[in-house]
Amino acid sequence: MNTLSFRTKQMPEPKLIFDRSSAGRVGCNLPKADTPEVDLAAVLGEVREELNLPEVGELELLRHFTNLSHINFGIETGFYPLGSCTMKYNPKINEKTAGLPGFANLHPMQPVETIPGALDVLIGVQDMLCAITGFDEITLQPLAGAHGEMTCLMLIKAYYEARGEGQKRHIVLVPDSAHGTNPASAARCGYDVRPIPTNAEGNTDLEALEKALDDSVAALMLTNPSTLGLFEPNIEKICAMVHAAGGQVFCDGANMNAMVGTTRPGDHGFDCMHLNLHKTFSTPHGGGGPGCGAIGLMKHLEPYLPVPVIRRSEMKVIADYDRPKTIGRVSAFYGQFLMEVRAYTYLRAYGKEKMADISRYAVLNANYVRARLKDVLPPAHDRPCMHECILTAEKYKKENGVRALDISKRLIDYGFHPPTNYFPLIVPECFMIEPTETETKETLDEFCDALIQICHEAVENPDLLHDAPSTQIVGRLDETAAVKNLDVRWWPKS
Amino acid sequence: MSNIPTDLKYAKSHEWVSLDGDVATIGITDFAQSELGDVVYVELPEVGRTLQAGETFGSVESVKTVSDVYAPIAGEVIEVNGSLGAQSELVNSDPYGKGFMLKIRVSDASALGGLLDAEGYQAVVG
Repeated sequence: MNTLSFRTKQMPEPKLIFDRSSAGRVGCNLPKADTPEVDLAAVLGEVREELNLPEVGELELLRHFTNLSHINFGIETGFYPLGSCTMKYNPKINEKTAGLPGFANLHPMQPVETIPGALDVLIGVQDMLCAITGFDEITLQPLAGAHGEMTCLMLIKAYYEARGEGQKRHIVLVPDSAHGTNPASAARCGYDVRPIPTNAEGNTDLEALEKALDDSVAALMLTNPSTLGLFEPNIEKICAMVHAAGGQVFCDGANMNAMVGTTRPGDHGFDCMHLNLHKTFSTPHGGGGPGCGAIGLMKHLEPYLPVPVIRRSEMKVIADYDRPKTIGRVSAFYGQFLMEVRAYTYLRAYGKEKMADISRYAVLNANYVRARLKDVLPPAHDRPCMHECILTAEKYKKENGVRALDISKRLIDYGFHPPTNYFPLIVPECFMIEPTETETKETLDEFCDALIQICHEAVENPDLLHDAPSTQIVGRLDETAAVKNLDVRWWPKS
Repeated sequence: MSNIPTDLKYAKSHEWVSLDGDVATIGITDFAQSELGDVVYVELPEVGRTLQAGETFGSVESVKTVSDVYAPIAGEVIEVNGSLGAQSELVNSDPYGKGFMLKIRVSDASALGGLLDAEGYQAVVG
């Protein structure tokens, strides 16, 4: 095997901006005030003295932040296979269109009659998302994924309340492999949450589901493909079972990247779903954000949509507030507008014909990684995966005292962002690797070579992993202390 | 290898029980603390609460996850381990001793027979 090269020396810790401070130094010279001086203490009462703001010149300031940016890691510096997060490349053309003055200079309080172009973008995104998901309606109002989940449950709740079943249907079923936001959203909407187990093959346990279904169930929240990276083969049957019990089925759309252009949740039998435009449709996230949700729903939930509803009326697109059954607004403004512009650009750049390339290459890349790593990190379930693969490092924990976390920290020394660890919770010493469709085979090979080498290190020299990372400005952080003694303020030393 | 003392009883959900008269001391096993990782917060019930066997009595939060903990046997809570508030790490360092979670007055000591012995629990954790 090739010996992979990586940095072996620890980076020096950068100075704080306060350490560069020198009294009286400024970044810009202001003219002397030609107005009478004011005694601030007299006007404001108390003047705080303890702020101790740094005083630096423009060049020191520039160097400080440029150096900080060099220790940052992002999709534009390296491979970032953080499972469940879909860290795909966000094409730069998205930024170009979002920066067009006609979009960028809109004011959120501008009268709606003055923004027909913006409404065209919104309805364009809605139309394309309807076509991709198979739902009757889309609203772009929710501001992030979990917000979309909650909005879907609010619609379901309104639907049952309108039918006089609001009290009776108080249970939401959530599989044990679900994202933590699912039970949280359900609890936030006042539902009682009941878990549904996953069977040995990694699918929903149909017997347990059958037992749990009765007329107290409002909804099943199902992630498809599941967080195990597996497509639920019984999806149509599951939806039919829930419908037969009078319930609704919500699709957690976190893993939509596995299905774009290939198959549609609306056709599987789901009643509603959320989408993360910041994952699947290439609006930025991972420290940059903001999150950008959208939800799709079938006709029977449409009367309860949050206002305004962006829809066509005669020859125009309007923002419709005349919706007597609406659940109201779920956000002060309609969605994250410039993110919708980015998603619109991305969708139009791919076009209908090429859309399926997204999911096909995402699934191919994940299966390639899975196949290359299977001898050192076996998959939790031995069958083809979707857009991410779930591997287990259990044997290194048992035989060498090396945990998934140690392997992940060692990957940092090799220049890669670690994959997601310890999720889903039902897989021991779990890695969740999502390469996305935008990575080349060469990059995937470099990553797999590094992981294979690290697994050899785990056997031969486990302390290399226990001590990792050894090349960054800080070593292994004390996560327990960070949780227990949370203090994010900086105070001057003196 | 997990430490599984032979003088305790175990639940499949990874709690241990030690019975002294009609008072049962309950905590989570060495295997459980090792799987959870560093424990940062332990939520425990009020003294006086009556627990059914299998009922959630609290939760354990680690840097990795939050897990419910279940009463392996029914009874009334007569003491909770107050030192876990400031020193949750005791669950990791001494799961069968200073890291215990609570003591309950059991309603039916014979129910202990339905729990696993060390050998049975060893088979569960593999």
